[in-house]
Amino acid sequence: MLAHTFIEGTPETGPAVSSLQAGKPIETAVAGPWRLIWTKFARNKVALVAGVIILALYLIGLFAEFLAPALPDAARPQFTNAPPQELRLFVTEQDGSQRFQLHVTGYTMSVDQVSLRRSYVIDENAVVPIGFLVKGAPYKLWGLFPSDVHLLGPLKSTDTMYLLGTDKLGRDLLSRLIHGTRVSMSIGLIGVAISLCLGVTLGAISGFYGGVVDLVIQRIIEVISSMPTIPLWLGLAAAIPLSWSPLTVYFLITLIVSLFGWTGLAREVRGRFFALRGEDFVTAARLDGSSERRLIFRHIMPSLTSHILAVVTLALPTMIVAETALSFLGIGLKAPVVSWGVLLQDAQNVRTIAGAPWLLMWPAGAVVLTVLAYNFLGDGLRDAADPYES
Amino acid sequence: MTVHPLSTGTQPAGDEAPIVLSVEHLSLDFRLRTEILHAVRDVSFVLRRGETLCLVGESGSGKSVTARALLRILDRNGAITGGRILLGNQGEEIDVAALSDRDPKLLQIRGGRIGLIFQEPMSSLSPVHTIGSQIIEALRLHRRMDKKQARAETIELLRQVEIPNPDKMVDRYTFEFSGGMRQRAMIAMALAADPDILIADEPTTALDVTTQAEILDLIKRLQVSRGMAMLLITHDMGVVAEVADAVAVMRYGRIVEAGSAEDIFHDARHPYTVRLLNSTVKLEQNQRTAARAETSTQARQPVLSVRNLSKVYGASSAWFGGNSHALKAVDDVSLDLYPGENLGIVGESGSGKTTLGRLILRTVEPSAGTVTYHGAGAPMDVTALSKQGLKAFHRDVRLVFQDPFASLNPRMTVKEIIGDPLYVSGKMRGAAIEARVAELLTLVGLDPMAMERYPHAFSGGQRQRIGIARALALDPKIIIADEATAALDVSIRAQILDLLLDIQQKLGLSFIFISHDISVVRYFCDRVAVMRLGKLVEVGTAEQICTQPQHPYTQSLISAVPNPDPRNKRMLHRTRYVA
Amino acid sequence: MLNYVIKRLIYMIPTLFGMSLIAFMIIQLPPGDYLTSMLATMAESGQNVDPAQLEAMRRAYGFDDPIWLQYWKWISGIIFRGDFGYSFEWNRPVADLIWERMGSTLAISIAALLFVWAVSLPIGIYSAMRRHSVGDYAFTFLGFIGLAVPNFIMALALMYFSYKVLGQSVGGLFSPEYVEAPWSWGKFVDLLAHLWIPIIVIGTSGTAALIRILRANLTDELNKPYVVTAKAKGLPEYKAVLKYPVRIALNPFVSAIGWVLPELVSGVTITAIVLNLPTAGPLLLRALISQDMYLAGSFILLMGVLTLFGMLISDILLALLDPRIRFN
Repeated sequence: MLAHTFIEGTPETGPAVSSLQAGKPIETAVAGPWRLIWTKFARNKVALVAGVIILALYLIGLFAEFLAPALPDAARPQFTNAPPQELRLFVTEQDGSQRFQLHVTGYTMSVDQVSLRRSYVIDENAVVPIGFLVKGAPYKLWGLFPSDVHLLGPLKSTDTMYLLGTDKLGRDLLSRLIHGTRVSMSIGLIGVAISLCLGVTLGAISGFYGGVVDLVIQRIIEVISSMPTIPLWLGLAAAIPLSWSPLTVYFLITLIVSLFGWTGLAREVRGRFFALRGEDFVTAARLDGSSERRLIFRHIMPSLTSHILAVVTLALPTMIVAETALSFLGIGLKAPVVSWGVLLQDAQNVRTIAGAPWLLMWPAGAVVLTVLAYNFLGDGLRDAADPYES
Repeated sequence: MTVHPLSTGTQPAGDEAPIVLSVEHLSLDFRLRTEILHAVRDVSFVLRRGETLCLVGESGSGKSVTARALLRILDRNGAITGGRILLGNQGEEIDVAALSDRDPKLLQIRGGRIGLIFQEPMSSLSPVHTIGSQIIEALRLHRRMDKKQARAETIELLRQVEIPNPDKMVDRYTFEFSGGMRQRAMIAMALAADPDILIADEPTTALDVTTQAEILDLIKRLQVSRGMAMLLITHDMGVVAEVADAVAVMRYGRIVEAGSAEDIFHDARHPYTVRLLNSTVKLEQNQRTAARAETSTQARQPVLSVRNLSKVYGASSAWFGGNSHALKAVDDVSLDLYPGENLGIVGESGSGKTTLGRLILRTVEPSAGTVTYHGAGAPMDVTALSKQGLKAFHRDVRLVFQDPFASLNPRMTVKEIIGDPLYVSGKMRGAAIEARVAELLTLVGLDPMAMERYPHAFSGGQRQRIGIARALALDPKIIIADEATAALDVSIRAQILDLLLDIQQKLGLSFIFISHDISVVRYFCDRVAVMRLGKLVEVGTAEQICTQPQHPYTQSLISAVPNPDPRNKRMLHRTRYVA
Repeated sequence: MLNYVIKRLIYMIPTLFGMSLIAFMIIQLPPGDYLTSMLATMAESGQNVDPAQLEAMRRAYGFDDPIWLQYWKWISGIIFRGDFGYSFEWNRPVADLIWERMGSTLAISIAALLFVWAVSLPIGIYSAMRRHSVGDYAFTFLGFIGLAVPNFIMALALMYFSYKVLGQSVGGLFSPEYVEAPWSWGKFVDLLAHLWIPIIVIGTSGTAALIRILRANLTDELNKPYVVTAKAKGLPEYKAVLKYPVRIALNPFVSAIGWVLPELVSGVTITAIVLNLPTAGPLLLRALISQDMYLAGSFILLMGVLTLFGMLISDILLALLDPRIRFN
């Protein structure tokens, strides 16, 4: 039998811990949900960086006219498929000394004697001086404010500056990429807005009321989500008449992409509604006398918004990729509209890519970077969406 | 702080059973994100052959972690930082704490020398393997049997743990078993390799009280017949009194007091042990008989009458899928609640007690029967109320929930939570709500300054107080408390019950107190209604139900409740109810 | 079990109906019909069109019927006679054109699915068991890349890579000399040499997604009490993990067919267009552009049906794997 022993002294009042971190803990008792979500999110540095990248891309899209060195459709037939020019900081003077002068290297033309094709080779000795806030081609910012100042450009407007090279018509790839950012990034945003309305409304109705309504909506979702998306997008996009204006096509493509993008959102919303509807605190609110409206908007929705934000972020890249794919196949957006997908149309086959790899590299890189950033951001948001789970 | 040995002198030293396991100064830490938790500190005890040591403590005391440390199955972020775990075997001793993670000896000890039973029999067994295959695996691991032998032995084990038709049940899956049967299967698995030591971690906490009594009986019998040492981990002093030879009380990772069952129950020295015992024993007395001797219920008008109330599930969906058997969750129940009365509704899981509460509130629509509420105005038939009428009814009859974590919206401040019914009813706005919330918080014993905080800043007991404050916000007449204290530790439980009694005195409320815990009901209620399988089997005063139950089911139920006194074990004269 | 299968089959009917509606809608969507555009082309090239003949054709194809009757004619033809309509561009019944292409689509989809499973299972288990190890981080990073690179971009990149580094042309499924050749070992090897690019392209994002799912599920399962039970029984860690949690985490793995398959079929479509593979993709695109709508609609319908049956199979497999589903 165990001998009777006991500990004397003042009883302890809490578990024994030793802190790993110096400094006082964050005062979370009065911190609202969004502050807790932010605290949790900010701990994920990768997601934070991804967020900054996304923000930067939207800013680029917003100020495309100013940031692009040239107009997206300004073609110089003498410089077709010209390789990228390198940006340099110093020029070497005749006497061998170095002088600071922002510049790019120039081109020399060479003619292939066999095929008689012109090609451009970087000439290390040719110097094209460039500068910030230079005057260049006139444009209207957002179609409203006329200006001719560009962030970066050659000091002499007849000079060439193709930092990312040119396409087969001799248009500046960098400028087109920047303008494409506007179209591609906005298509995701508008598409997701439509999806969000559809998904949240139908998902909430389905999850809150249940029964027959739920059954019908679930069937529709099942049909849509079990159809392979690309053939469907193709089928619908191909029906858009060629004669319609680029703006109409832009909105129709957005609509098509979002028509099939809402199902995931609706599922998520429905599932959470179902779970929350059964939660004790919702029953409590019902017994407190809350109306259905108040129940949904005051008690259920606040627990959902952070999750919806995360799902939306994760749905956005799908929209962007969808547009890119359709335009790439030639049944999405078409010239003169510039999007990343339209740019990729120029990189259809191996021969072109082999001759001018930058035509694939930069637009594809932009797509991948965007999708990657959205995924990291969405993951971070999803992990932070419920600040109360341990 | 010093450890005080008390010279007990009750046992002569030579008479003791041999030690099979001794834990010496065991300490272990968990590395959390911002801190290190010293979950177990300097814990020492011994297990002797044929004897039971109970490790008692409330949640977070480190008792389960200690048990797992004996088998070295800790979570990845936990590590033993000191001490020895000596597993004795006729002179040869192994220090389990010093073995490497991959040592084959460790695998031999797990299951072979030490068997383990858990609290949750559902999740402790794999849902996608048959019961038999999980036990056979243990046999083949430790007793090197071939498949046929192992199967025969498994059936024999299932027979020993009193599972009916063992030769059929061996091929069944866990979800086809009831909770008690699963726990029996779990025991069979733990005993498969004939271990020297059995560790039972809250083995009956998830079970009904009658099932608990049977499982405890079974474990005790098997332990005695096999001469095993047992380490039983529990929070329930009643269970301790029923089975323990020796007791160690844990709190915040340390053993604060240890001794024989007799020592702990009748000569407790540490203030925590005393408090734990007091809050358990306190529940053994009825608080109400003395205070309300004058109540004669017959003379007065009930405030709520339930007549022939029924709820049938699953009857309407028979046209599809062939689900023709209907489940009568509540079956023809009639009850009265008088003003100022505490009516207890007790029953085991599946008895329909929770559904009855929901039917009265009409959050679940009854299939038949009526509920009549005699409020300030004319009597109203709750089952026929319109939406507006129901809202008014819900202002007078309020619900307190079981789970203090799920019942408070984590995204609202305490002020918003308690103020919500006030706001919705349109009674007050702004500063008036704030004043009322402060008043309510004071009433339930919380600091009014806390109203700007969110629920996550409060402990379980404090949250339950917030829930009670919300229920009181609209000056209700009746409060339905659905297992309102079930999720709380025993010391907190008594505090909340006292708070409710205190509030009742001040505000003149009536309570319907739904619980599976007979001691809580006995402490709190004037009258008790006993439910079984949807039917009301007996109604009487709390004292009568607990001391002289009439119905055989009630008798078996009451006799199964463990008594927190080792000198008077209730299990010895338990009656069984065979329906 | 049989009840379960029958129930699932019944549940499929409304979904199939919905799919046929979508396919029919796509057929009907382009303004005008094939005859109108044919008329325009013929008029352009100066050919005379006999109005009577045109009228006869109109009646034959039912272009003037009410829409529901057109739907009924179309769907009943498919169900009762296997008649998918007529391809105006190829001047042949659609049924003659689609089966071979659908067959290769199915074959490549299945090959990709096997690739997805074979790669994601071991990596998923490794990542869950060695969470936050260097290997786990490496796979997670690769997974993110796999999810982020759209199929057609990866196809283009691999084509370029293969052209530049391996000096191999990668279009199609066979080298020119084997296209018409009878099956032989050489042809098979040639097929494998061509097949790896589409399989990697199509399978990568699914693999990445499945690794993430498996890792998350397994991490959850590893903390379940039954794993502790298995360890307490004396099983070595790897056995305890492989026998219990992995077995249960396999369920989402199997049910993943439900959403991986549509993705794969989708992926096959666009990848085949880029890589010029003889599957449904290039033909579908061509049919859509030339508004050969019966052909296009049939492809879309069949691709939907294909994924639906894939889901059915995954549900049945799941029921076989998980007794909880089988018995309820």
